[in-house]
Amino acid sequence: MTTANVYQQRPDSGVKAESSLHHTNLASLTGKGRKNAGVIVREKKLLGHLTLRGDAKDPAFAEGVHKALGLELPVALSLVAKGDTSLQWMGPDEWLLIVPGGQEYAVEQALRAALVGLHISVVNVSGGQQLLELSGPNVRNVLMKSTSYDVHPDNFPVGKAIGTVFAKSQLVIRHTGEDTWELLIRRSFSDYWWLWLQDAAAEYGLSVEA
Amino acid sequence: MLHIFCPHCGELRSEEEFHASGQAHIPRPLDPNACTDKEWGDYMFFRDNPRGLHHELWNHVAGCRQFFNATRNTVTYEILETYLIGTQPQFTEQAASVAPTATREQGEKV
Repeated sequence: MTTANVYQQRPDSGVKAESSLHHTNLASLTGKGRKNAGVIVREKKLLGHLTLRGDAKDPAFAEGVHKALGLELPVALSLVAKGDTSLQWMGPDEWLLIVPGGQEYAVEQALRAALVGLHISVVNVSGGQQLLELSGPNVRNVLMKSTSYDVHPDNFPVGKAIGTVFAKSQLVIRHTGEDTWELLIRRSFSDYWWLWLQDAAAEYGLSVEA
Repeated sequence: MLHIFCPHCGELRSEEEFHASGQAHIPRPLDPNACTDKEWGDYMFFRDNPRGLHHELWNHVAGCRQFFNATRNTVTYEILETYLIGTQPQFTEQAASVAPTATREQGEKV
């Protein structure tokens, strides 16, 4: 067994939990704004985020991850998903696993059990970042205004995920569907991204989805 | 804007995603206690400042957050190659048929 100190970081369901965009009160904005909005934003909040590190060249590591998650380790700049669970390449020895909220404790234990004896690290970073999902016909225009990275589908197909410079900060862009993109944002930058997205999407119409 | 090839990501990225981290290939003395003050000072503080090819350490800060090496011409800012740490550069001062070396100034490290 592993000696790592794994413990339940998520409070019980009775405890009030707030996402990093709680203060913007997105729920009260649902359904308001222009009809046929070009950009629809949805906060994917309070999910379980785990940073997994290990040796990608070690077959035992890849096998262990597959055993625990049922997902193959993604290669550079890509993202694999099964249901609500996704695994993303972050660096040559680093991956980001996102699971539905509440599952991260069990998943971390399963990963540690499957990778026992290997030189790995699993860190629960759920409190530090979250996802914003952007969908709609004009999302690509908003991205083009915000980043120098080429977001044309020829260069940025579905299933690709990259870290880059966005507006005046940095984040991770994930292309999850033809007109659906996800931004992985840091908690402390949440307010900035929300203000930025409102401004950048204003000309196409922005609507909020619960 | 320069485009720099990140050997970890495997594609060209814009310069603003990167951060330069100084000279590459500086081995740490195996036994620091056996170093003279001069040797230790050279290792800690003194760096080359060549006119021409320079092997540098870069960090892909906004992308994969990994370090890698680059061979850059400090006169033209041309980046000739990027390569993984632990490997050797293809382009070196000896192999390069670049402009004749500048006259050695007094004080320059030979």
